[in-house]
Amino acid sequence: MRLARYFAAVSALGLQGCAGLQSALDPSGAEAERIGTLSWLLVLFSTAILVGVCLITAVALFGGERWRARIAGERIVIGGGLVFPILALSILLSYGFYLMAPGATEARSQGGLRIEVVGERWWWRVTYVDETGRRIESANEIRLPVGRPVELELTSADVIHSFWVPRLAGKLDMIPGHTNTLTLQATKAGINRGQCAEYCGGPHAFMSFYVIAMPEDQFSSWLAGEAGDASAVKQDQAAGQALFLSSGCSACHRVRGTDARGTIGPDLTHVGSRHSLAAATLENDVAAFVRWIRDGQHVKPENLMPPYEIFTDGELRQLAAYLDQLR
Amino acid sequence: MELPNPDPRPEGEVRELERIWATPRGWRLVTAVNNTVIGLLYLGVAFLFFLMAGLLAVVMRTQLALGDNRLVDQDLYNQMFTVHGTTMMFLFAVPAVEALGVMLLPQMLAARDLPFPRLSAFAIWAYVVGGLVFFSTIFYDLAPKGGWFMYPPLTLMEYSPGDNADFWLLGIGFIEISAIAGAVEIVVGALRTRPPGMSLAKMPIFAWTMLIFASMIMFAFPAVILATMMLEIERAFGWPFFTAALGGDPLLWQHLFWFFGHPEVYIIFLPAAGLVSMMIPTMARTPLVGYHLIVVALIGTGFFSFGLWVHHMFTTGIPALSLAFFSAASMAVAVPSGIQVFSWIATIAAGRERFRITTASLFILGFLFIFTLGGLTGVMVAMVPFDYQVHDTYFVVAHFHYVLIGGFVFPLFAAIYYWMPLFSRRMLSERLGRWVFWLIFIGFNVTFLPMHLTGLRGMPRRVWTYPGEMGWDTLNLISTVGTYVLAAGVLVFLVDLAAKFRLGNGPQENPWGAGTLEWLPNDVYSTRSIPHVTSREPLWDRPSLPQEVRDGHHYLPNAPTGWRETIVTSPIHARPQYVIQMPGPGWPPFLAAVFTAAFFLLLTVKMVTIATICGVLAIAFILVWAWGLDPGPSKGMIEIAKGVRLPTYMSGPTSHSWWAMVVLMFVAASLYLAYVFSYLFLWVVSPEVWAPTGSPEPPPVSWPLGSAALLLAGSGILWLVGRRLGMFSASRAAMSVALLLSLVCLTGAFALELRGHLATGLSPDGNAYGAMVYLGAVLFAQLVFALLIMGLFAMARHLAGKLDAVRRVTYDSYALLYHYTVAQSLLGLGLIHGFPRLIG
Repeated sequence: MRLARYFAAVSALGLQGCAGLQSALDPSGAEAERIGTLSWLLVLFSTAILVGVCLITAVALFGGERWRARIAGERIVIGGGLVFPILALSILLSYGFYLMAPGATEARSQGGLRIEVVGERWWWRVTYVDETGRRIESANEIRLPVGRPVELELTSADVIHSFWVPRLAGKLDMIPGHTNTLTLQATKAGINRGQCAEYCGGPHAFMSFYVIAMPEDQFSSWLAGEAGDASAVKQDQAAGQALFLSSGCSACHRVRGTDARGTIGPDLTHVGSRHSLAAATLENDVAAFVRWIRDGQHVKPENLMPPYEIFTDGELRQLAAYLDQLR
Repeated sequence: MELPNPDPRPEGEVRELERIWATPRGWRLVTAVNNTVIGLLYLGVAFLFFLMAGLLAVVMRTQLALGDNRLVDQDLYNQMFTVHGTTMMFLFAVPAVEALGVMLLPQMLAARDLPFPRLSAFAIWAYVVGGLVFFSTIFYDLAPKGGWFMYPPLTLMEYSPGDNADFWLLGIGFIEISAIAGAVEIVVGALRTRPPGMSLAKMPIFAWTMLIFASMIMFAFPAVILATMMLEIERAFGWPFFTAALGGDPLLWQHLFWFFGHPEVYIIFLPAAGLVSMMIPTMARTPLVGYHLIVVALIGTGFFSFGLWVHHMFTTGIPALSLAFFSAASMAVAVPSGIQVFSWIATIAAGRERFRITTASLFILGFLFIFTLGGLTGVMVAMVPFDYQVHDTYFVVAHFHYVLIGGFVFPLFAAIYYWMPLFSRRMLSERLGRWVFWLIFIGFNVTFLPMHLTGLRGMPRRVWTYPGEMGWDTLNLISTVGTYVLAAGVLVFLVDLAAKFRLGNGPQENPWGAGTLEWLPNDVYSTRSIPHVTSREPLWDRPSLPQEVRDGHHYLPNAPTGWRETIVTSPIHARPQYVIQMPGPGWPPFLAAVFTAAFFLLLTVKMVTIATICGVLAIAFILVWAWGLDPGPSKGMIEIAKGVRLPTYMSGPTSHSWWAMVVLMFVAASLYLAYVFSYLFLWVVSPEVWAPTGSPEPPPVSWPLGSAALLLAGSGILWLVGRRLGMFSASRAAMSVALLLSLVCLTGAFALELRGHLATGLSPDGNAYGAMVYLGAVLFAQLVFALLIMGLFAMARHLAGKLDAVRRVTYDSYALLYHYTVAQSLLGLGLIHGFPRLIG
């Protein structure tokens, strides 16, 4: 689809920053590429018909006697309103069914890695389950090996959410009591942005995440690191860790390898290594941690973590520094 | 053709008609029931909701103009888009369609009024009061914020505490009432009050669309009525219909909501298409090309639209086979729309002269363009893989605004310009009209065309803000600018409306030279005499018709009973059958509506005692109003044309009240089928909570058998009484005993059913099975309650000497609903008691 690439390139002009990271027009996954092709086909199809209808209407309005008489009978109603749509739509529909077929079956055969994603208000609980059945907890970010189809099992812990990474694939809902399976196959290494697509109340607008596609070898070493406990704290981070453990953070958050075993909120074992904070609401740096802990309700109103205004500025910095080095 | 009343009419008849049909003045205006008066109120209030919800849209677009904008906060924005969608769909679009039906349908049929004027008045006032209160919640932070689709579990008490969500359920409750009432009116109106000679094949397209509209309401609204009942019950009492952990399923809501929600789109669009099919022939000065094809297309659309609901659920993970079926069905519905579009184009081309370009025609041409584009993006989203990407994004926002604004608002504006002369002494300005059209047309496209791209670039719906660096800024800014242009167009329209609209009859009778009956000379009583119709465009085919009608040479040129009256004709061939005597202005419908609204509102804010008082008052006023109906045959036969004498009273299957009861029974049956669907759906999802293994076994067979025996006995008694009504009604005791016995059988059957389940220890809030079993009892109880009131009312009528072998409509209505209830309950007993045994 050279044409598709051309359109995508045109539409990407003038964008910077994370522009385009969430665009269905710039696919970097197998399913999104298939749908991308279909999209351009549909756009051309629709444009052609729209132009056709406008032209016929123009003839009806402004055409000469003979032209108008030609389209004045029931013949055009039957031809344009019945025969043509039935033919065109049948062809289109068959093509659609043909496209729908492969995506679903391809992945299952590959076996291996599986990722469970649970929609929570308003973040993503991510669990990698590897070949051996080992479960690796993470949150708000997903990493994928390029080229390998990976099965995602999607469900929800509370209300309905929808998992959508436009550059990789279409969306699929996360519904309490249901588990839906989505296959992602990244075709290019790089960062993709995803966002909850089903309105889930309050800060629905701030329920996003990044999907990072990495070459196979980098991915496996990353996964090995992610599976491990948090690294031992250096001397100057000990105060921050003590604050984390004593101030109630550990009631909701887990940091593997420490006494923090909460499971209500996101697992923070390697939070410092993630691309963003608070489900892609903030950058990930010390300042962002400070803002989140103190002003979380401003940054992301109604989120379920209470604001911690008990800390002094110094304590906040210590806590943030501790979290930042959890890589 | 020989005129029905060829002789000159006696003096004074017109004055008599004017006196009888006079609109009440001053503050008594609220007691008016005539279709032109309350129809105008209806349309005016619906338009007010359009303006208010539109204003919310302007604020929301301003918020979204730039990334990271903080003009409106998150909570308010969530309330705003919920109220915007709910108001536009439920308080503007559907009521506006019904208002057009109330205003125009009787005029197009040259009927003096719709068959149940007080029912219309009741529905409209309940809607006005309830709708205004619902909308005002946005001003004090009480508005719902679950989206207009209100998906549970988000809208359950756990995730949406407070009364906000209940206000949504309340607002919907009113629209449910007025939509059903409207459907009764319109079905009976279109089928039974056509002028003599107007067979179905000569009926104006708009009447066809209203008939289909009303039939669709009969089958679509009950699904959402059941869904809202379930949601409110789960919110208030914790019966777990939608809670997955207890065997419920959030998807049940989506099925019921969209089973209503998709036909809803066509409920809005088809009448608008009907308006277009009326206006285009006038502007082209030629009959509609392909009338029959259009009628078939309309019926086809109505039919198909019930097979599309799952296309709102393509991304919920349902099986591929269903996806394929619903994808195909969603495309198929494009065909009937294509037929209509090409019929209109062919009609434009068919006129000997060129299509006249008026403001109304501009809006129609704008509609053609926008609706075609929206239809094409509809075909796109019907492709399942494409929908996976654009579902719940701005692409879909663009798509349905193209379909709904293009498909309904543009034809509405065209209709306002076109039919204004019927209701206003001055027409709207054609010069300002050009401004109105171009501002709205350009503003609309600038707003919504870029949104297709915004959606494909990844912007989801229902987000109150977005990061500035996503690359969505420019597109959003363009959309916002477009919104202001669109709003400016609406503003110019309002200025014009304020300057020109003066209630009354137009300066010219038929300024556009149209061919249909609404352009006959009109006054408060509609046309002086009701014409004999021999073609689809009577005014074109018989230029002398307006004068003949004005001179009283057609049917019913006077008011022989001294009441408001109109002719009832046979449903297919429109042969005159009898004359209805219709009620005039009165307080009861207005007061009943106000107290109904107060009942629901107070219940929502949990003021139970006052709410109950209001509820009782509402029923009391309804009974007062019903007492004045069923006038009896005292007026005998009257002459409506030379040598044509008709009865003034009718009971049994020919009567309009029988037809209304049948429509209501269809509604009730649809509601019950939605219940049966829900029961089986939840069983498929959670067989593990079902009896006999997951819940207590159903009560022993003797309980339902006893219940069934009582029901059959009650039905038998009423059947016997109905056959020998003369004998029974001759004796006060016999009639009262029979009616009381029937009520005892009914309540006994209900009590047995309820007691049986309570005895097994089954509780409604334990799991989905229990909830469904008791919901069955709730639906039973509703009918029992209605029948208790109707039965006692019939008894009172009999004791007062207002019910006998001839004057029997009250009895017939009671008996009809009773037999229906028995049939439904027997089915219910079979399901509730038989099904667990079958699977167990």
